[in-house]
Parts: sequence; C-alpha cells; structure tokens
Amino acid sequence: MKLTLKVWRQQNNASKGALESYQVEANEHMSFLEMLDVLNQSLVEEKKVPVAFEHDCREGICGSCNMVINGRPHGPNQGTTTCQLHMRYFKDGDTIVVEPWRAKAFPVIKDLVVDRSSLDRIIQSGGYISVNTGQAQDANAIAIEKDRAAHAFDAAACIGCGACVAACPNGSAMLFTAAKVVHLGTMPQGEVEESTRVQAMVNQMDEEGFGMCSNTGACEADCPKEISLTNIAEMNRAYLAASLGSQKKS
Amino acid sequence: MSWFSNFLTSSIGRKLIMSLTGLFLISFLIIHLIGNLQLFYDDGGQAFNIYAAFMTSNPLIKFVSIGLYFFILLHTVQGLILWSKNKAAKGSKYAVSNTKTTSFASRNMALLGTFVLAFLFIHMGDFWFKMKFGGSDALNMVTYPGHETAVKDLYEKVAYSFSNPLLVLAYLVGLLALAFHLMHGFQSAFQSLGINHKKYTPLIQMIGLAFSIIVPLAYAIIPIFFFFNR
Ligand code: HEM
Ligand code: SF4
Ligand code: FES
Repeated sequence: MKLTLKVWRQQNNASKGALESYQVEANEHMSFLEMLDVLNQSLVEEKKVPVAFEHDCREGICGSCNMVINGRPHGPNQGTTTCQLHMRYFKDGDTIVVEPWRAKAFPVIKDLVVDRSSLDRIIQSGGYISVNTGQAQDANAIAIEKDRAAHAFDAAACIGCGACVAACPNGSAMLFTAAKVVHLGTMPQGEVEESTRVQAMVNQMDEEGFGMCSNTGACEADCPKEISLTNIAEMNRAYLAASLGSQKKS
Repeated sequence: MSWFSNFLTSSIGRKLIMSLTGLFLISFLIIHLIGNLQLFYDDGGQAFNIYAAFMTSNPLIKFVSIGLYFFILLHTVQGLILWSKNKAAKGSKYAVSNTKTTSFASRNMALLGTFVLAFLFIHMGDFWFKMKFGGSDALNMVTYPGHETAVKDLYEKVAYSFSNPLLVLAYLVGLLALAFHLMHGFQSAFQSLGINHKKYTPLIQMIGLAFSIIVPLAYAIIPIFFFFNR
C-alpha cells in the first residue's frame, strides 16, 4: 500500500516545527511503528535525519509509543496503543497526519518525542505505598474481595502514556492521576495513605500546569487501556474528603 | 485559612465551585419558570403582577436573590478562569482536530455560557431593571380588587416587549444556548462532585437530558405565546 505521511518535524524545543510530507510503501501486516521504521530507513539511505519517535516494548505495555494519528492519540482504534495498531486499518492511498502529544506540560523534545516527566513527578509526589506491606506471602494473608481487587486492577492497567492529556481539549491529567489514586487507594495496603496521597498528587498535577477537567470524556475515548471516567469521580470524592474532612490544615 | 484557599484554588476545588453554583442556578431555573407560568392566566395579568410585586418586596426573597446574583457572578468568573487556564494548559492545537469523541456542548461550555450571559443582560435590563428601579415612566401602576396597594404592571411590559420579533429571536437564541449548556452541565455537575454510580448515573443523565430540553422549551413558549397572541 502507498501512503502519504504528514509528519510533525521539529528540531528541538526552541525551534518552530512544521508538518512535512513523505511517501511510504508499506504493507498491511506492519504495525504503525514498523511503517515508520520503513520511512526512517529510507530517510537514512537518502542521508536525511530520521523521524524521532519514542518506542520500547512494542507490545502495548510500556506507554512510550506516543503520537497523534489523524487527530486521535494512538490512532483511530479503541483500546490500542500505536505499536499495536496495524496498517490493515488504513487504505491504499491514504494520507495520514502524525503529530506529537500537545499539552503545555508536555514540551516537545524532537519531532514526535515529548517530555512526559511531569507525569513522573506526579507519581513521585505520592503515587507509591510507603508503609511496610510485609513479604510476598503476606499479600495472601490479607483477604480482598474479588470485585475490589478487579476494581484496583482496572485502574492499575494505566501505562502512563499520557494519551489522556493529549486527547483532552484542556490538557488535563485527571484520568492518569485518578487511575493511580484509585489503583493504590482501593487496596488495603494503599488505603492507609490515601488522604495524603490524593492531596499531594492533585497539588503536583496542578503545579505542573495541567488543565482542569470539563468532563468531556475525550480521555476515556482515547485511553489505550480504557481507563474509565468513574475513576475521576472517585478521585474527586477522595480529594474532597481529604481536603474538607481531614484534621490537617494544609 | 490557607488550607481553605488552597482547596478552593485547586483544580478540583474550582470544579466544586462550578458544580455547586451551576446546580443552584438549575434550581433557580425551576422556581423562576413556575412563577412565570402565571403569565398564562387569562386574568389580564393580575396574578402575575401581584406575584412580581411580592417577589421584589419580600425580605426573604430579597436575601435569596442577593445570593443568586452572587452565584451567577461566581459561576461566570470561575467559568472564565477555567476557560483561560485550560486554554493555556493545552498550548497549541492539532493540525487535525478530533470532534468525534466529545460532544459539541462539552467542548464549548464557556461560549455557550457567554451567550447565556448576554441573554441575561438583555433580559434583566428589559424587565428586572425596570421593575426594580424604573419609575412610573417605565411601568404603569395598576390596582386590583381585593389587593389595596397599587402594583407595577409588569405583565403589560412583558406583552409589549414580546411584540418585538428581534427580542423574541434573542430569547430563543439565549434559551437554545442554555439548553446545550445544560445538556452537558447537568450531568457534569454530578461527576465534578464525585457522584458517579453504576445504578444512579444513567438516571441522572436521563433526567439531565429531559431537563435541558423541557425547561428551556417551556421558557421559550412565553415569548412565542405573547408574540402570536398580541
Ligand atoms: C442559568 C444559567 C446557568 C446555569 C444553570 C449553568 C449551569 C452549569 C452547570 C450545571 C455546569 C456544570 C458544572 C460542572 O461541570 O461541574 C456549568 C458549567 C459551566 N458554566 Fe454554566 N450555567 C449557567 C450560566 C453560565 C454563564 C453565564 C457562564 C459564563 C461564561 C457559564 C460558564 C460555564 C462554564 C465555562 C462551565 C464549564 C466549566 C468546566 O467544566 O470547565 N455558565 N454551568
Ligand atoms: S489513563 Fe490511559 S491514556 Fe492516560 S496515561 Fe493511563 S493509560 Fe495512558
Ligand atoms: S511501544 Fe510500548 S506500549 Fe507501544
């Protein structure tokens, strides 16, 4: 299949980027990233600078293959990362526009690669459990209802890719942050610190310059792990309880 | 008080303010509509005029309406702050925009709200201001049997205003904007409060949709009725 790609090229954060057109010969068995590999191979052979894009696992679990394809983070398919998106979903002769994540808190490093360390700093602010949770066998000693474990696991499926931020017209990181708050706060080991965790993580999220949630649902629609909006309501609840209900005056 | 101001200026605190003021304004829409339905009494405006006089003189109502003005202002100012902060947080736009996964209303709440605000200015300038501050040059005084004190004839003013097709059109545009604002806003307010429940959220969404169609439509009948009946 013959494709026209319009790819965002930007040398570094200080420079102004622009879309550039390329012709690529791909086949439908390739993943989107393999198609980009083909493009880069030809660019290298022409002694041109290849397109910078992030990738690692190529099996939908690391959250690094981030790009906006025809206006949709990770492309048009539901619950799919770019590395798991195959060229059979495109037609011969298609024009495909590829852009980096856009958000103030995700500055472009080069081409399609953005700096997502703002998400790391949200995790560092409280996305962990610091109480002693014992040894491996102790996990089995705490009985956890199946539904509760499943609820935590659904939230834990978040791979931290930032597609939610990229999809959100407000550049909000509420879905990501909520997934972490719910994942940790739902389990008995993490419940202990929920109040301090949710306050710290929301504060950090605000400080990083992410936007506020308008409940548009754009994040949920483009999340490759189909994290639900209900997590945001749950985080709002936890935050309201922590801010208004706790004894702490901060 | 620093914890409190931190809370109110946090992303979730700001949304809490939007949600609570929005829900208050929704409750006002119901009360205001019920009162206005008295315009349809076939009594030359007696019931409506006496009701309007009561609403502008009763001390409790006066107190609540100060709250109402404050909440409209708070909702508007907070809404515009959210809009500008969110625009800044997004930074640049995509070359290909995606409108498939979100509703028109949810993406344009500030624009729709601004239409509602413009409508409110026209509406209050025409009726509320004249009722409250206008002298006998603005509104005639009328007396009714069984009601000693003379009251302002707001009914006559309403009927006169709605003979103007441009004003009727402005009302319809304003109410259409309100309908879309509520179509997203009603259910969104509950999500902001943290109320999202498998059993009750579908019900809230259904009531929200019905509310955002029925209430603006009921309001819209008033100018249309007067336009065609006078
Ligand atoms: C009778 C009039 C109004 C009613 C009943 C109303 C109701 C609501 C409700 C229920 C919400 C949802 C709150 C949430 O998501 O938590 C909302 C959101 C909003 N309203 Fe209004 N509103 C009114 C007038 C206005 C006006 C005059 C403005 C002025 C600009 C405005 C601007 C906004 C904005 C920007 C939002 C979205 C906030 C966000 O989620 O980012 N509204 N409104
Ligand atoms: S919530 Fe979904 S879209 Fe957001 S970071 Fe996690 S996996 Fe990616
Ligand atoms: S490369 Fe790891 S999720 Fe796509």
